[in-house]
Amino acid sequence: MILVNRLFIILILVITSAFANAAHINMVRVKNTFPETMLRLQEVIKEHGYKLSRVQRVDIGLTQSGYQTDKYRVVFFGKHDELRWIIRNHPELIPYLPLKIAIYAENRDTILAIYNPNILFEPKDGKLQEIISRWEKDLESIFKAMREFETD
Amino acid sequence: MKNLGISFLKALPSIIAALGMSSLFLNQWAYASDIGAELYEQHCAACHGIRGQGGTGVPLALDDFQREVTDQFLFNTIKHGRPGRVMPSYAMLGEEQISAIVKHIRGFSNVKAPAFDDTPITGDTKNGKSLFMQHCAACHGEQGQGAAGTGVTFSRPRDYPILAPALNNPGFLTSATDQDIKRTLVGGRKGTPMRSFIEAGLKEKEINDIVSYIRSFENNPLKPVHVDEPLVIEYESDADLTTVIDNIKRAAQGKNFRLIRVQNLDYGFVDEKAESGKEVIIYFCNFKLLNQALKVDSRVGLFLPCRITAYEQDGKVKVIAINPRRLSHLFNNNELDRLCNEMYKTYVEILEEATF
Repeated sequence: MILVNRLFIILILVITSAFANAAHINMVRVKNTFPETMLRLQEVIKEHGYKLSRVQRVDIGLTQSGYQTDKYRVVFFGKHDELRWIIRNHPELIPYLPLKIAIYAENRDTILAIYNPNILFEPKDGKLQEIISRWEKDLESIFKAMREFETD
Repeated sequence: MKNLGISFLKALPSIIAALGMSSLFLNQWAYASDIGAELYEQHCAACHGIRGQGGTGVPLALDDFQREVTDQFLFNTIKHGRPGRVMPSYAMLGEEQISAIVKHIRGFSNVKAPAFDDTPITGDTKNGKSLFMQHCAACHGEQGQGAAGTGVTFSRPRDYPILAPALNNPGFLTSATDQDIKRTLVGGRKGTPMRSFIEAGLKEKEINDIVSYIRSFENNPLKPVHVDEPLVIEYESDADLTTVIDNIKRAAQGKNFRLIRVQNLDYGFVDEKAESGKEVIIYFCNFKLLNQALKVDSRVGLFLPCRITAYEQDGKVKVIAINPRRLSHLFNNNELDRLCNEMYKTYVEILEEATF
């Protein structure tokens, strides 16, 4: 019976690990303060050919409502031509546009988080797949640059 | 002297071979260390800290932690993760890579890694349950489900540097041997609320009973959550775009959300005059709910802000929102799944009201 239970648990782990894959959410801890990291992030996004749309100051709304939090922002960015193409051809992606990165302070470090668009959207259409694969590659490259920023 | 010289010459090939071997060994060790550091930084540091000081994740550098967990426990934990408790599975990494991460984690402390035997512990499960309820349930939950608030980081109020782990989690039960669990109960964990049960007055037999009860969680394993959810929630309206936008605002406010802003989807990408105006985002927020969500998972910024987009295409007006249940699935966090289930219902109610 114990063996059967063990086997069942291992089966669950095999099934769930297919979903709970590390690449679903990518995170990076930057060993720099929030303001420096935020500036660098915006530069890196632009260096990858994207335009910043706006920054949502989540922490401001929270503190104004009486809740304690450190710096917490969401950075929106994208490419206008891709945005228009997706709106026209894949309106089901509209609520997820533009792309976003969550950035928040943790003590003297800063953490960035993003979801993997390829895993979330599971694109089937050829051109959409091409765009989303490019996003995935660019986001990886942006996060790599941010990881290296801590050693500067 | 001559004999010594001849002996040296005879032994030279062996010495060279030995030096070569040790150099190879050192190179491989250095390789493993470098790879381990790189992989740790890439996959672990965001939650556990660059030097294992902890954050959302367990503080791996704690001497007591290092003293009481085996390399095998660390290996299995990395491999299987903790389904539903944020820590993902790294099953896609090879054994060498996981071992390199374990080696890197060991470098956070001078404490020697322990080695326990794998002998299963037998005890009185019934008595173990009673003792568990008395000594463990307050922190680990009555079902061993662990403490709530997996997303609380050092930047927000928290009482302890560690959250009580979920003992009924299949990842934990697979990673920890009976002896691993017993060792923690016997020694406790300095720097965390986990105290030594021996110092608390329990006898070894009673500790064995508790271990036996914890192991019995395997008899009722957590069911895997399978999510086959659509990407979005979408409704169509017969009204014009302006009317639908007003309806969304009213419906969101009626659900205790505060309107944050209304903007075109292509805002910021082109001059204001060149914006399409056919896709309009209505942003809203309930800060109490947001604060609650941040306690559950610090990454919820990826859902933010709450929004519904109204758009006009081919003469039809539609309203569309993310499906929080679909997005939540990426986070490996059961608590977040529950919140997102509620948020899904709220979105549906707002969209229905706005398109009625």
